[in-house]
Formats: sequence, structure tokens, C-alpha cells
Amino acid sequence: MDFSNFLVMRQEIGVIALFVILLIYDIFAAETKAMRYFRPLACILTGAATLLGFLFPGHEAEAFGGMYVTTPVTMLMKNILMLGTFTVFLQAGEWLRKGDVLIREGEFYTITLSTLLGMFLMISAGNFMLLYIGIETASLPAACLAAYNKYKEKSAEAGAKYVLMATLASGVMMFGLSYLYGATGSMYFDDMVPALAVQPMTVLGFVFFFSGLAFKISLVPFHFWAPDVYEGSPTATTAYLSVVSKGAACFVLLITLHHVFGAMTDIWYPMMWVISVLTIIVGNLFAIRQKDIKRFFAYSSVSQAGYIMLGVMQDSPAGLTATIYYVLVYLFSNMAAFGVITAVENATYRTDIAAFDGLSKSNPRLALMMMIALFSLGGIPPLAGFFSKFFIFASAAEAGDYVLVFIALINTVVSLYYYLLIVKAMYINQAADDAVGRIRTDRYNMTSLILCTAGTLITGIASCVYGYIGSVGF
Amino acid sequence: MEFTIYIILVPMLLFFVLALGGRWLGPRTAGIIGTAGMGAAALLSYIAVYKYFFAGAGIGPDGNYLTVTGFNAQWLRLTDSLHIDMGVLLDPISVMMLAVVTTVSLMVHIYSFGYMKGERGFQRYYAFLSLFSFSMLGLVVATNIFQMYIFWELVGASSYLLIGFYYTRPAAVAASKKAFIVTRFADFGFLIGILILSYCTKTFDFGAITADNASLAVRTMEGSSFLGLSSATWAMLLIFMGGAGKSAMFPLHIWLPDAMEGPTPVSALIHAATMVVAGVYLVARMFPVYLFAAPQVLTVIGYVGAFTALFAAIIAMVQTDIKRVLAFSTISQIAYMMVALGVSGMGGHAGEGYTASMFHLFTHAFFKALLFLGAGAVIHAVHSNEMEHMGGLRKRMPVTHITFLVACLAIAGIPPLSGFFSKDEILSAAMEGDKVLFAVLWIVAGITAFYMFRLYFRIFWGRESETARHAHEAPAVMLVPLAVLALLTCVTGFIPFSRFISPDNAPYALGINWGVAGASIAIGIAGIALAAWLYMRDSERPQRIAARMGGFYKAAKRRLYIDDAWAFLTKNIIFRRICAPIAWFDRHVIDGTWCGIANVTQRTSEAIKGIQNGRVQAYALLFIISVLLITIITLFI
Repeated sequence: MDFSNFLVMRQEIGVIALFVILLIYDIFAAETKAMRYFRPLACILTGAATLLGFLFPGHEAEAFGGMYVTTPVTMLMKNILMLGTFTVFLQAGEWLRKGDVLIREGEFYTITLSTLLGMFLMISAGNFMLLYIGIETASLPAACLAAYNKYKEKSAEAGAKYVLMATLASGVMMFGLSYLYGATGSMYFDDMVPALAVQPMTVLGFVFFFSGLAFKISLVPFHFWAPDVYEGSPTATTAYLSVVSKGAACFVLLITLHHVFGAMTDIWYPMMWVISVLTIIVGNLFAIRQKDIKRFFAYSSVSQAGYIMLGVMQDSPAGLTATIYYVLVYLFSNMAAFGVITAVENATYRTDIAAFDGLSKSNPRLALMMMIALFSLGGIPPLAGFFSKFFIFASAAEAGDYVLVFIALINTVVSLYYYLLIVKAMYINQAADDAVGRIRTDRYNMTSLILCTAGTLITGIASCVYGYIGSVGF
Repeated sequence: MEFTIYIILVPMLLFFVLALGGRWLGPRTAGIIGTAGMGAAALLSYIAVYKYFFAGAGIGPDGNYLTVTGFNAQWLRLTDSLHIDMGVLLDPISVMMLAVVTTVSLMVHIYSFGYMKGERGFQRYYAFLSLFSFSMLGLVVATNIFQMYIFWELVGASSYLLIGFYYTRPAAVAASKKAFIVTRFADFGFLIGILILSYCTKTFDFGAITADNASLAVRTMEGSSFLGLSSATWAMLLIFMGGAGKSAMFPLHIWLPDAMEGPTPVSALIHAATMVVAGVYLVARMFPVYLFAAPQVLTVIGYVGAFTALFAAIIAMVQTDIKRVLAFSTISQIAYMMVALGVSGMGGHAGEGYTASMFHLFTHAFFKALLFLGAGAVIHAVHSNEMEHMGGLRKRMPVTHITFLVACLAIAGIPPLSGFFSKDEILSAAMEGDKVLFAVLWIVAGITAFYMFRLYFRIFWGRESETARHAHEAPAVMLVPLAVLALLTCVTGFIPFSRFISPDNAPYALGINWGVAGASIAIGIAGIALAAWLYMRDSERPQRIAARMGGFYKAAKRRLYIDDAWAFLTKNIIFRRICAPIAWFDRHVIDGTWCGIANVTQRTSEAIKGIQNGRVQAYALLFIISVLLITIITLFI
């Protein structure tokens, strides 16, 4: 066996190493004073891994006979996911030090890393078997994360719902894959491509496979689990699910759609067209009515996923670049918002939107960062969200799909409305009498907020970011 | 020449420091930091001037001036040729402008230290000044028309902020809004012009647009026509509209007199020396395109300029607010520059108009800033803008008096002050270009001398008013800028401008046209004499003449009803006849439709709320149904 194969997988190995270090440290340091250093260690190591990933882009390579494929693009995708995980770690710490989760503090990090490993495998898979294993590796620990506050009913419920729905989705997916295998006689992407023709069996297989991914991306009509799980899970998990997990699934869809199912474009393009329109509209319609901020963000993230699909559908360099860029910007904006939510929740133990009333008076800085994040999600220039929407619409328009762009554009107006509802709560509504005063955020969360807000402010204006993603792609 | 980028970055940095940290800095420190930073920028500009013109950095092998790109960064890439850059373009006019803007800005920074002392928002004021300087410098060195447009708008925004500096005064708020809306309206034309131009030439870059005497633009834009004019003509006309708005050309001049509600140093910097000449600068920047692709527009520019010059001069004769007089005089003088561009050609002596225009821009910046700062010192002393509250101030404010007199003589075109030389060049260029324009400008020269000396005599001579009796000379920190600018006014006329600036960047020799000069000196002296006869001593003569002029005098005092015409047009025609019906349509039909849709949406989401019932088995069922439905639909449709 050629061990150099392993070197190709350096990002996965990095995650595993991180996982092992933290796990061992957790085991030996548990319930001792050394546990104090656990959190800085975890954050610094993850941050360093992220930084190294961005600093040293890799080259195209294959391992294990085509089972595992890595390209500069997939490495960039993984780096973005790593960045997301890093911000989640920064934000999670304060909550992990509270109440009954304290004794399981270390587990959060290790479990999250194991889901991340699954996502990395999904992205780099060159074979549907590995892809499936990756999805499973990512799903099951995610259910643990959802049920992390297990003594809280809602959290336990969220975990149960997630694991049940994920099982169902992966079952359906496996079923679809078996059809595809039957039709082509292979699970390797490269071998399947010439054998895939449009025929009922492959279409059936494709739709089943697609629904499994659509579940992870929470596309309508596979999104029903998302609001319940997002609401019930601990906030850190919600952030992780809405950004990292969703981004990973989007990347996988982007790769497989064009790479494997390129011959079936005529089949899936109209299907995806309808689904993305539905996703945007349904996400928007439901978001308007929400009272709970986490549920609100669940629907907001549903509609954002719809926008991402606009880029995913395009088989063009612009589509690829716009999708990755959109996910990156979405990561910054959404994580900034979740950072503020975390801070407010830690201080007030509330997650309803009314908890944000008058935040601009008591915590002007938090309110400002929240506003920037929301404006970016709504797509207001000169924030990054505007540019990401612009590029994703441009990629769809380039393909001539003006109707889709038009519908999406109208929906951005609707989305602006509900994002502004939060801004209104913060800046116009009067705070209740029992509202908390100044919130003290710990340094970690503040770091993540500054990082994400800076990202939101800079990534749009600095055109080099988009240019860099474009240059990595080709 | 890479260091030139810092000329722009320093004021930008200052703006952020002062705007974000102003509260902690305290007024004194903030003022010192702002002034020191501006001093550094000015120093860098002088180094740039030295290196470009004298140390050979800007001189090509054939002796012509080169276009040097000091810095360039691609900002937004649309296609291979169409991209928006941010950069620093150095050529004779931009280097000249760097020196002008930083010098006047530095003087105003120093002067404001005394003038704004004790004002609320002192730090905010300095932050805005830095923002303005940054924007103006960015505009001047723009490498492409889009960068220019961005900074053009930034300049407009900072002007808005500064006019409305006293935001508790309703007049200042109204004036700032007026200035913003009017110039914004003009910029709308500018933007469309840019879009047409870039659509046809596939580039924003000044170098590419004006290369080879605009042959590129000519080639691609000659063919298409709209309403009988080529698309190049349309584009350049619309771009001129933007320039006319910023440079207060008739009929878009209405904002400038009102802009005098801002602090006086701001008027000196923005509304006299720098921002308002941006339109002239824009036309000069695009000059080859105007000359070769759209010569009709150049004629329009000439005539609009001449009319504006005469029109503003007439109004200036009867204004009683000293800043308003200066405002109208500014409009008139900028129009002079426009006329000079309008009659200019290219190549050697034919480019005299272009050179003259830039020369006048240069000299005017200093003496008009001097006039405004002097007026500021007077206003500071008597706490009023009205002439009747002044009079006889020459003994109480000797330094202000002398420097003001120098500036008045310069603007009246009396040798050897700077205004004489530049005005003479403009007049002789007009003489060769178009006799009608020359005649108008010649008359305006006389009127200018008259109203400037009317202003001078009424402030410094005649009977002292009650308030003037308590006036004191301004503090030294305000007098130093006056002295510096007066010195510049005395010496800048001797710069042989044609050696540095010409439309094709080739130096040539240009002498004084003594025939024209004699005529202009004569009418200048006549104007001064008339003003002296009427206003040097208190007399009944002005009132008698005003009474005899009757209606015309009143009309001029009401600014020839142009403001009223605009008000009528906007209020009665646009608001009432066009906007009101649209508003009705919007409120009842469009809003109605959307309310209906919103109601339907609400009901729908109420109705489908049941689906999201929290039961996981229902979700699973829906999941399976969806998968099957999608499969069936994709298979059979």
C-alpha cells in the first residue's frame, strides 16, 4: 500500500488529529483544573488549522483508486467550512460553561469535529459509497449536538426529530443510490458518467439521491424538520447546522450535479428551478410570522438556501464561483447574527424576538453588528451580502434564466421586510422594564463577532476575494 | 511617483481618526491633527509638482508631458476591457489641481482654527473638511470616469454635510438639501452620459477614451444617432450636464448662492476654490473627446458659459449679503473658464483657451478663497452678512482691508495681479474663437470690476454702521492664511502657464495680447471708477439709480426669478400635476394590490400553518410524498 495516499488527505487528517488531541485532553483533564485550558486550546488549534488551510492551497490529486478526490476547489470549500466551525467554537464556549452541560464541555468540540470530518469526506468523495459514509458520519453526531441540552425537553425533542428525519433521508438516498448502481454498474463518479442516460430508473435514482441532500440543505419540501430542530437545539448547534452543515451539502450538490449528473441536466434543471423558487418563497412567507429568533433564522436560512441553488444550478465558472462566494458571505453574516443571539441568550435566557427590543439603547455595539449582519443577509450594498446576491443573480442571468432572477429579486424585497423587523425591534421598539442592561460578552464571542462583522464589511468591497475564489476554480 | 497615493490616503485616514475618535481628542487636538495631516498632504503635493514638472518624472523624450499612473488597483472587473479601477493619474492638470486643492485646503484648515473657535461640533467640522479634501483629491486624480463619478458623489455628499453644518438652522438645512438635490439631478445626466460613453467605447479609462484625439470614441460612436445627434454628442452633452450642476452653470446655478449658509471657510474651500470648478476640470479632462467627437457640445458650453457669466454678474451687482455677492461672482468666474474651454482648439496656439481656462482656475482659486476668507473675517467681526451693518472698516481691520483690496484688484483684472493675466488669456482666446463671446466677456469684466468694488467700498469705506464700530481685527491665526493667499495672488500671474498646460500636453509659448489687455484694463478701471463714484462716500446716488431702473433692479434683486421659476416648475407642475396623480395611483392601486397580496399571503400561511405541526411522523410522511411526487412529475412531464 502506498502511504503517500494519506498525505493527499491532509485536511481530513488534520481534523482527525484535532479530534484525537481534544478527546485525549478531555479524558485526562476532565473535572480537573486543567479543563480551564481546554477551550483556548480547542479554539487556537482550530483557528490555526483554518489559517493553515487558507495559507497553503493544495493541488489536484486522487487517492485510493479514485475513491477520494481533492482539487483546489474542494480544499477551498473545506477551508470555508473549517472557518465556520472555528466561529462556532468561539461562540459556543460561554454556553458550555453554564448549567448541566458543563461536565460535557469537551464533548461538544469532539462531536462537532467528527461531523466536520464527515462533511470533508462528502465533499472529497469520488465514489457514492464514500459520499454516503460521509453523510452518515456528519448526520449522527449532529443529532447528538441537537440533543446536547438533553435535560431540556425541546433540545431532546430536536435531537430525536433530527435523527429520525436524517435516518429517513439517508434511507431514501441509499435506495436511490442502489438504483443508480443498478443502472450503471459502478459507484465511482467517473465510471458512472458515461453510463448515465436519461431513463426512468436513473431519474428515480437521482431524485431519491437528491432528496437526501435536499434534506440537509433544507430545501422545500424537505425542510419541515429545520424550524423545529433549529428552535430546540442549543444556539451553537443551530448556527452550526444552518451554516456549516448546509454549506457542505450545497457544495456536494454543486459537485455531483455537474460532475456526475451532467447528462441529465434537462431533467434536473426544471426540477431544481421549481424547488429553488418554492424554497425562497416558502422560507420568506414563514419567516415573516415568527416570534422566536432561532425559528426565524431557520426560515431565513431556508430562503437563503434557495438563493444558493440559483448558483448551484449553473454549469458555468460564474455559477461555481458565485456559489462558493455566497456560502462564504452567508457564513460571515449568519454567524455574526448568531453571535449576537448567543450573547443575548446567555444574558437573558430568552430567544424570542421581543428580547431584542431596545437593544440599541442598552447595547449599541451588539445592535450595530446585528444590523450589519441582517442588512448583509438582506443584500444591502455595500455589504458583502449585496455582492454575493449580485454575483449569484448574474450567474443565473448569464445562463439566460431571467424569470428565475426576477422571482428571486422580488423575494429579496420580502426578505428585507422581515430582516428589518428585527432592526426595528432593536432600534425603534422600547425595551421592556425588566430588560437586561449592558450585556458583557466574553472575549471569544467578541472575537467571532469582530471576525464575522469584518468579513461582512470587507469581503464585498475587496473584490480580490471573489477574484481569488474564481482563480482557484480554474 | 507611487507616493502620490498618500496624498489621498492621508486625508481619508484623518477623516476616520477625527470622525471616530473626535470625542476623545478634544477640539484643540483634533484641529491640530487635521491641520498637520493636511499640511503633510500639501507637502507631498508640492513634491509631486516638483518631480512631475521640474525633475523630469513627467517629461517625455519629445519634451511633451506624459500621463503617469502613480498607482492603480483594479476594483471591479466587468469585462476584459471594461473594469473599474481606483488609481492616481498624474498629468499636468491633475498635478496642478493637487497643488491648488491641498494649498487652499491647508489655508482653510488653519483659518478655521480661529473662525470656528468655540463652535459646537468643532471636531465634526474638521472631520468633514478631511472627508471633503479626500473626495476632492480622489476626484482630481481619477484614472477613469467611473472613479471620478464615485468621488464626484462623495464631494457632493461632503458638501451637503458642510453646508448643513449648522443643522439647527432651518435655512442651512434647506440650503444643504437644495444643493444636494440640484447637483444630484445634474449627476443623473452625468451618469447616463457615462453609461452611454462606456457602452460605446467599452472602457471607463480616461487614457483609452481620449487616446489618439478621441479617435476610438469617434470611430465607435459616430454611426448611431438619436434625434439627429450622434451618441457621442449625447454622451458628452449629458456629461456636461453633470459638470454644469457642480459648477453652477445656468440654469442649475440656483444651489450655490444658498450654499453660503455653511461656515464661511467652507464656502471658501468648496464653493469657491475647489469643488465648483470640478465641472470645468471634468470638461478639461474629456477635452479631446469634446473637440473631436462632439464639437457642437463645445459650442454649447461656450454659450452657456457666456450667458451664465453675464447673468450672474448682473445679479451680483444688486445683492446686499456679501457672501451672496461673492457666490454670484464665483458663478460668473467659473463661467469664464467654461467659455475659455468652449472656444479652445488643440495644438500650439490654438489651445490657448484650454490653457487660459486652467490658468484662471488656478489663479481664481487663490484670490476667490482670499475674498471669502476676508469676508469671513469681516463677518466674524460684525456678526452679520449684510452690507448695511458694515462700512468704514478699513481702519479697524487693516490687514483684512489690504488683502481684500488685493483680491478685488485681481478679480477686476488690474495688472500685475494674477487675475489680470488669466483673464487676458481668456479674453484673447475668445477674441480668436468667437467675437460674440468676446464681447459678452468683455462687458462682464467691467461689471465684475464694478460689483467687486461696490462690495469693497461698502465694507471698508463709507459711513461706519453701529455694529462696525465694535469691530476688531481678526486673530493672527486667521490673518496668516489671508497673507499667504494675498502673496499667491500677487505672484501666481507670472507663471508661464502655457509652458506647463496645454490640451495636447506639448508646451508652447504664449505672450500677453496687449490689444485685448488694454481694452480689459480700461473697462475694469471704468467699473472701479463707477463704483467709487457711487459708493466711496455715502450718497443718494445709488438709490436714485435703483429707483430709475425700477423693475429691472427688483428683478435682479430677486435673482431674475430663476429660483421662482424652478420652484414653480417643481411645486406646481411636477409635484401637483405629475407626482400627485402618481401618488394617488401608488397609494390606491399599487398599495391596494400589494395589501391584497399580503392579505392572501397571511391567509395562506395561516392555512398551511397546520402542516408545520411539530409531529415528526407527519414530516416523514410529507417527505415521502414529496419524493414520490417529484419523481412522478419529473418522469412524466
